[in-house]
Amino acid sequence: METDYTLIGGGVVGLSVAWGLLKRGRTVTVLDGDDGSFRASRGNFGLVWVQSKGMNQPRYAQWSQGSAALWADFAAELGDATGQSVPLEQNGGYDLHFSEESLQETVDKYNVLKEKLGGDYPFEVLGHNALRKEEPHIGPKVVGAILHHQDGHANPLQLLRALAADVRRLGGRVLTGKTVSRVSKPDSFRVTCEDGTTVTSAKVVLAAGLGAATLGPSMGFKAPIRPQRGQVLITEKLPKLINRPSLIARQVDEGGIQIGATNEEVGLDDRVTQPGLSGLAADAIAAYPALAKAQLVRSWGALRVLSPDGLPIYQHSATMPGAYLVTCHSGITLAAAHARLLPDWLEGTEAAPDLEVFSEQRFAVS
Amino acid sequence: MTRVDLAIIGAGPAGMAAAALAARQGLRVTLLDEQPRAGGQIYRDVDRAAALRGDLLGPDYTHGATLTAALKHSGVDHVSGAVVWAIEEGFALSYTKDGRGAQVMADRVLLATGAIERPMPLPGWTLPGVMTAGAGQILLKQSGVLARRAVLVGTGPLLYLTAAQMLRAGTPPLALVETATRSDLLGAMRHLGGALRGWRYLLKGLGLLAELKRGGVKRHVGATGLAIEGLARAEALSFSAGGKSHRIACDTVYLHHGVVPNVQAARSLGIAHDWNAAQACFLPRLDIWGQSDVPGIYVAGDSAGIGGAKVAEEAGRLAALHVAQAAGRITQTELDRQAAPLRATLARERAVRPFLDRAYPPCPEALAPADATLICRCEEVTAGDIRNYASLGCVGPNQAKAFGRAGMGPCQGRYCGLTVTALLAEANGQTPDATGYYRVRAPLKPVTLGELAQMDQTAQDAAE
Amino acid sequence: MNNASPFLETETASRVTVTFAGAPLDLPLGANLAAALLTAGVGAFRQTPVSGAPRGPFCMMGACFDCLVEIDGVARQACMTEVTAGLQIDRPHEGDHDAG
Ligand SMILES: Cc1cc2nc3c(=O)[nH]c(=O)nc-3n(C[C@H](O)[C@H](O)[C@H](O)COP(=O)(O)OP(=O)(O)OC[C@H]3O[C@@H](n4cnc5c(N)ncnc54)[C@H](O)[C@@H]3O)c2cc1C
Ligand SMILES: Cc1cc2nc3c(=O)[nH]c(=O)nc-3n(C[C@H](O)[C@H](O)[C@H](O)COP(=O)(O)OP(=O)(O)OC[C@H]3O[C@@H](n4cnc5c(N)ncnc54)[C@H](O)[C@@H]3O)c2cc1C
Ligand code: FES
Repeated sequence: METDYTLIGGGVVGLSVAWGLLKRGRTVTVLDGDDGSFRASRGNFGLVWVQSKGMNQPRYAQWSQGSAALWADFAAELGDATGQSVPLEQNGGYDLHFSEESLQETVDKYNVLKEKLGGDYPFEVLGHNALRKEEPHIGPKVVGAILHHQDGHANPLQLLRALAADVRRLGGRVLTGKTVSRVSKPDSFRVTCEDGTTVTSAKVVLAAGLGAATLGPSMGFKAPIRPQRGQVLITEKLPKLINRPSLIARQVDEGGIQIGATNEEVGLDDRVTQPGLSGLAADAIAAYPALAKAQLVRSWGALRVLSPDGLPIYQHSATMPGAYLVTCHSGITLAAAHARLLPDWLEGTEAAPDLEVFSEQRFAVS
Repeated sequence: MTRVDLAIIGAGPAGMAAAALAARQGLRVTLLDEQPRAGGQIYRDVDRAAALRGDLLGPDYTHGATLTAALKHSGVDHVSGAVVWAIEEGFALSYTKDGRGAQVMADRVLLATGAIERPMPLPGWTLPGVMTAGAGQILLKQSGVLARRAVLVGTGPLLYLTAAQMLRAGTPPLALVETATRSDLLGAMRHLGGALRGWRYLLKGLGLLAELKRGGVKRHVGATGLAIEGLARAEALSFSAGGKSHRIACDTVYLHHGVVPNVQAARSLGIAHDWNAAQACFLPRLDIWGQSDVPGIYVAGDSAGIGGAKVAEEAGRLAALHVAQAAGRITQTELDRQAAPLRATLARERAVRPFLDRAYPPCPEALAPADATLICRCEEVTAGDIRNYASLGCVGPNQAKAFGRAGMGPCQGRYCGLTVTALLAEANGQTPDATGYYRVRAPLKPVTLGELAQMDQTAQDAAE
Repeated sequence: MNNASPFLETETASRVTVTFAGAPLDLPLGANLAAALLTAGVGAFRQTPVSGAPRGPFCMMGACFDCLVEIDGVARQACMTEVTAGLQIDRPHEGDHDAG
């Protein structure tokens, strides 16, 4: 057997888990696809986000909060180890509203959740004027915002790069340009790639993003995940214009304003469209009118990895013991939890987090 | 919204010739170009400049006026100053003109977006005062502006031509520093074969060289160790040649080692491309009419593969004829009849390429730059950075772009794309085809959010 | 004509006054803005937002974006712009490279 674990998928989820396992002294092999494969990890919005998560499942809200709390330390450790920082800001984030009704509706929902969480849900409501003090460029159409103090944002690409570098530094074996076509378990696991490469290991973690939908069923998982397209815009680098991030726009550490994202059910199509780009631009200008003069430099479409209820799936295979499915929509937010907490679950230790609500049980009857 | 039979992007020789011919066949044609006047790169501003300085620029340049004249009387809707930034299925072309977004729908599209100069990353190539030789030529053609103390560096006929034009204008370059060697030229002679055009090209090149020599322009060949020195701007070029090191103080450095197709539009449509070893670049995969694997999308001129102005013109016409046939304006027989002479010219013109490619190979130190050299001008990424990303498992440029931002700036990879592919291919021991190229997306050129938002349908509906 | 400039102008055209980074300049009406600034002796048009390095026109054909200037608060390619009277030209987002 070559390593303790094989990770199928080297996106942010696979690499976070691999990093965590290496830190515990496990040996890992990571297999990742080619340059053109769908990669949510390099097309996402970069929020380390708590608000609005788990409105119907407080455990998900908690899991996100827990990860957000671990993020700073996680980012610092990666930065020190690789000598290149992983930019992170956790000074809170906004949910911007264009009508009093929608603002109030959301506040009511947050209050319900706050109660279920025993009060640990630190948010405040800012009216237009209060918001304007915090964000001088906010537009007149924004009636107010919910400022949630556990929210923040990171540079997701630097996270990915740091993980790729540090997994290698820690002795992880990473093979890129490898597409896994078959997983079998004659005795230990044999994972076979399209190009004939075969690796063996004691355990396997399927963290292949959308690729899990294809491989999952052969490994005993339901893996009911689907793509959902998000188009994202980024402007030229600008002087400081936005202080805190929101779901509409954020100013990235390099200076550009990132604007997102559409939610489109279009299958495996990650193209951008003029109506998509125009709609996002219009929303962003409504929030920050000064953006009308900013040049859009790049745009992209990326596919979210979504389960039917939007929550993560953490499942141990019943038919192939030792195989695990790990997939989620908010892989950036959850990166710290995946690195720090998930290894205990995979190893089955005392300290394993309770992830029962995230099992595939919930998709029981169809 | 306007709907036309054929939309053409680019009003260079390929686009102008195609537009005029298609219109003559009765097709509704829109020709979009971001320049204020027709001409493209070779015939930049020909209607104005030919009268002012046609003697300096030569008959190859003034020929362009016949194309602009034909265009003017063709009934083609030529939208100048129109920057096309998205091409989508259907086909919908989004563009900006005078600060406003607009769209045109077309049954078929011809991409005639021309070439750009091959990126030439050398130490110091980002300093003010360092430009491409083509830029020097554009300054002269369009504006009558000349560099007083310039050094020309690199290889290829365009370098000689620029030098000769500067000489004729009374400001000869301080030196012509060539990276090709004499043996490149001798080796290339074998490829001349019986191609008469080839001999003419060779003689033209030799003629320009003789003119430069008479004019006292110092020439170095086989130069290596090239670097541009200067703190806030270019001050000197240093290099080795003939076993000696040289340093030439100057204000301006014009770089050139060939042109490569401008593939942004074709790539954005997902058209298949293949590596062409002789031209050391990717070319879109096309049929004999210039149609790509995206039905209805044609590519002609230098954006389909470097062939020069005459090839561009005839290839544009071929594509236009095929569009006319596909639209039911001419029969198959008529198509074949009209295509025959165009094909004959194309074959003659293309026969010279093997000679040119061999005689003026790209500068090796710019194809595989030293670690410290910046290769992405916009995001200031070095060749060493890219090699490092290869060691982190980047098998292709898109992963490297995510790790290090090369290709993310406003030029959208135009001046680093080929270098990044080459560096990764070398580091990973892969072919350029296996390595691939940047995924190019809209906007093909930056567009303001205001211009974009103004095209938002919901906003427009609300306003009505 | 500007003798300090590395570039020589051969055409004569009527001139109009514009400002560049606050200073007045007389440039030929209708000329290509990048060419006109170069002949007026402006070498560095901007500083990069990444390292603050100076840059000037490189390609003159709208492909490299090194000639960016700011006009009416919008970053524009000088090589794709024509000189008009009263143009107010600034270095793009002057002084913001510490932001990124
Ligand atoms: C538009 C958008 C915005 C988002 N915004 C945020 C946000 O603000 N905050 C946040 O926390 N999350 C956000 N996300 C979600 C986040 O990006 C994803 O949850 C996360 O990237 C998922 O990572 P992953 O590793 O599971 O998947 P991916 O990044 O898709 O990686 C999967 C990897 O598996 C590989 N693979 C697939 N199949 C195989 C196979 N058969 N063999 C070998 N390898 C294979 C692929 O090559 C790929 O590298 C966003 C997503 C999108 C699309
Ligand atoms: C700077 C330069 C100088 C050259 N000088 C010479 C020369 O002197 N002699 C010679 O033989 N060859 C020269 N060449 C080679 C030249 O490419 C060909 O000879 C010839 O111009 C090719 O014609 P074309 O029609 O394919 O493209 P081009 O003449 O290049 O025309 C392409 C047109 O497309 C437009 N365009 C591109 N993208 C867009 C977009 N997104 N939206 C709107 N418009 C767009 C451009 O503005 C341009 O006008 C030069 C090349 C370059 C790059
Ligand atoms: S000089 Fe290259 S874009 Fe203007």
